[in-house]
Amino acid sequence: MHKKMAFSFPDEVLEHVFSFIQSDKDRNAVSMVCKSWYEIERWCRRKVFVGNCYAVSPRMVIRRFPEFRSIELKGKPHFADFNLVPDGWGGYVFPWIAEMAGAYPWLEEIRLKRMVVTDESLELIAKSFKNFKVLVLSSCEGFSTDGLAAIAASCKNLKELDLRDCEVDDLSAHWLSHFPETYTSLVSLNISCLGSDEASFSALERLVRRCTNLKTLRLNRAVPLDKIANILRHAPQLVEFGTGTYTADVRPDVYSDLAGVFSSCKELKSLSGFWDVIPDYLPAIYPVCSKLTSLNLSYATIQSPDLIKLVSHCPNLQRLLVLDYIEDSGLEVLASSCKDLQELRVFPSDPFGAEPNVSLTEQGLVAVSLGCPKLQSVLYFCRRMSNEALVTIARSRPNFTRFRLCIIEPKTADYLTLEPLDVGFGAIVQYCKDLRRLSLSGLLTDRVFEYIGTYAKKLEMLSVAFAGDSDLGLHHVLSGCESLRKLEIRDCPFGDKALLANAAKLETMRSLWMSSCAVSFAACKLLGQKMPRLNVEVIDERGPPDSRPENCPVDKLYIYRSIAGPRFDMPPFVWTMDEDSGLRLS
Amino acid sequence: MENDLNLKATELRLGLPGSDEPERQMIPRPNKRTLSDIVSEGSRSTTEEDHQDTAPPAKLQIVGWPPVRSYRKNCLQGKKDEVEGGTGMYVKVSVDGAPYLRKIDLKVYRSYPQLLLALENMFKLTIGAYSEREGYNGSDYAPTYEDRDGDWMLVGDVPWEMFISSCKRLRIMKGSEARGLGCV
Repeated sequence: MHKKMAFSFPDEVLEHVFSFIQSDKDRNAVSMVCKSWYEIERWCRRKVFVGNCYAVSPRMVIRRFPEFRSIELKGKPHFADFNLVPDGWGGYVFPWIAEMAGAYPWLEEIRLKRMVVTDESLELIAKSFKNFKVLVLSSCEGFSTDGLAAIAASCKNLKELDLRDCEVDDLSAHWLSHFPETYTSLVSLNISCLGSDEASFSALERLVRRCTNLKTLRLNRAVPLDKIANILRHAPQLVEFGTGTYTADVRPDVYSDLAGVFSSCKELKSLSGFWDVIPDYLPAIYPVCSKLTSLNLSYATIQSPDLIKLVSHCPNLQRLLVLDYIEDSGLEVLASSCKDLQELRVFPSDPFGAEPNVSLTEQGLVAVSLGCPKLQSVLYFCRRMSNEALVTIARSRPNFTRFRLCIIEPKTADYLTLEPLDVGFGAIVQYCKDLRRLSLSGLLTDRVFEYIGTYAKKLEMLSVAFAGDSDLGLHHVLSGCESLRKLEIRDCPFGDKALLANAAKLETMRSLWMSSCAVSFAACKLLGQKMPRLNVEVIDERGPPDSRPENCPVDKLYIYRSIAGPRFDMPPFVWTMDEDSGLRLS
Repeated sequence: MENDLNLKATELRLGLPGSDEPERQMIPRPNKRTLSDIVSEGSRSTTEEDHQDTAPPAKLQIVGWPPVRSYRKNCLQGKKDEVEGGTGMYVKVSVDGAPYLRKIDLKVYRSYPQLLLALENMFKLTIGAYSEREGYNGSDYAPTYEDRDGDWMLVGDVPWEMFISSCKRLRIMKGSEARGLGCV
């Protein structure tokens, strides 16, 4: 007979200890220690994160965490950003809102990514949650300004409304006037994605004027340059600001007004917007440049000399988003001026042109990697690369955590040696031991996947396109990458063998996407049969997969683990393979 | 399997030459580009010869590549009202009675017949012929669009270039409902 340990902490003490543990991963670990910790933890978890809205049902979440205040949900797979997921695939938030509205009215925060949000959902949120504070919609779609009007009108305690990169039906800009005159609690407003040819400037100005706690304001393109001064004048406390269109006839009075108002913004750390920017008005922001840590110029179609001038004024920059107009010369200046740089994203100004339109090559990335000791996250579009450059980059910057390289033309070889870029990317995974995210491009054989499987032990997300020779490539990744959570593949010759041999691995991951590969319908059915805790979705707009021979490759395949079982909201072009070895049509 | 674009001749193999790959079954799909549709670098030309009106257009773009979000592409086109360059112009298409929306890239078409054929293929319906006087009378379905002023118009009423620059979204209505539009 065992003697039980006489002392154990009372629940309240454990709860207090747990309250210092915020990260989702840690909370999950805590809940696995023992049954009583699981119980205590579930009652005091306040923030719930669901990485795939179909992995679990709303009811299951509510049952386990009866008192959460904040929920974050993600819907469509990442490749939906590039139109690879057909419209209507799914990711509807309404069932979640409906369940939560019924379960408890004290929900405060909703954060959604790549989900379909309808006006009905927004209206239900506005009606159901009396203390609603934060709504962040990232890359969502399906709603209009009518839904926003409902939120504005009803959510008296709203602090944050962030619509980043959403597709919104702009019915009317007057939704802003639905914020009552008594409403003053806004802290963060991001409407940069809205179109609205006519914007309700007076309502916007009045809103900004009375919300004295406003810290983040990101305007949309429709707000003209001469309106910005009026808005900023009433919000000198802003920390993050996004302009609208940054062009106007050059007038000294407008310029000095603008410069004056920027000078009074002593807290400004982050700037964005700058659509249609003309260089003449850029110096107006020089007064705030020395304090800037984040600058988003990814819509600024200005040339390298103007970009260089601007960047040289920002020695404390930690995050820069810019178009490839910056060119190698601009990146060299960046490397010497901005020693605190942590994140760099360089977007293509002419993604579909056959010939380069700017002088931006691998040299720019090499310069920044050599010059910026804190650089850890990169997204870089360019037209040529060499193994030599990649090896230099890897050796000089082993602290990369996110490395996404897009060589614009698929299957581009090393321009110096005409060899595949296997060795270069191999160096990246070998030297950057903390690499969590990697996107590959260029000419790549199975060898690069061997390197990745061997070295990329901390890798959580891998994006692959037009690469590899055979199933061996996929096998290396699935069998070697211990931390892999998300794998997305398009246009690669990966087929049944590697997938079926590594079926168990798929249960340890959030999801796998494969499109335009060589996985047969038969293999999908087999996988669905053998792995009940995976949803194996075949997405094929050509018609039912059983109308073609079994060994025919499916168009798109999306596999994710789930404890909720197959979903029932699928459109006609999506089928879930399940144990019944028949097709489940929704 | 041969069609006007002569896919076989321009097909890029998935892998190194000589390696054993199962032949991917190519079923011609309008508006969808697979790896086999990409012409190899050397022969990629910028001349956009018009194949017959009924064939998919000659534009050689891979769906979703390079991986740039649509809102970035739209901004590079300059002012929203201007339509220039070849960076794609996606509009939503709804069909009365269908539960989901689709998106198409208007830049990919050169004329009304091409567009209508693509819509017919995408939604498996018949639209029929347009006549100035009668609209789409006699068809099961009539394509309409919302222009920049927010008005709903019958597809085909204005010259193609004007349509392309003003179309915000498409709606394929049941023929009976569209009768009113045709008589403007």
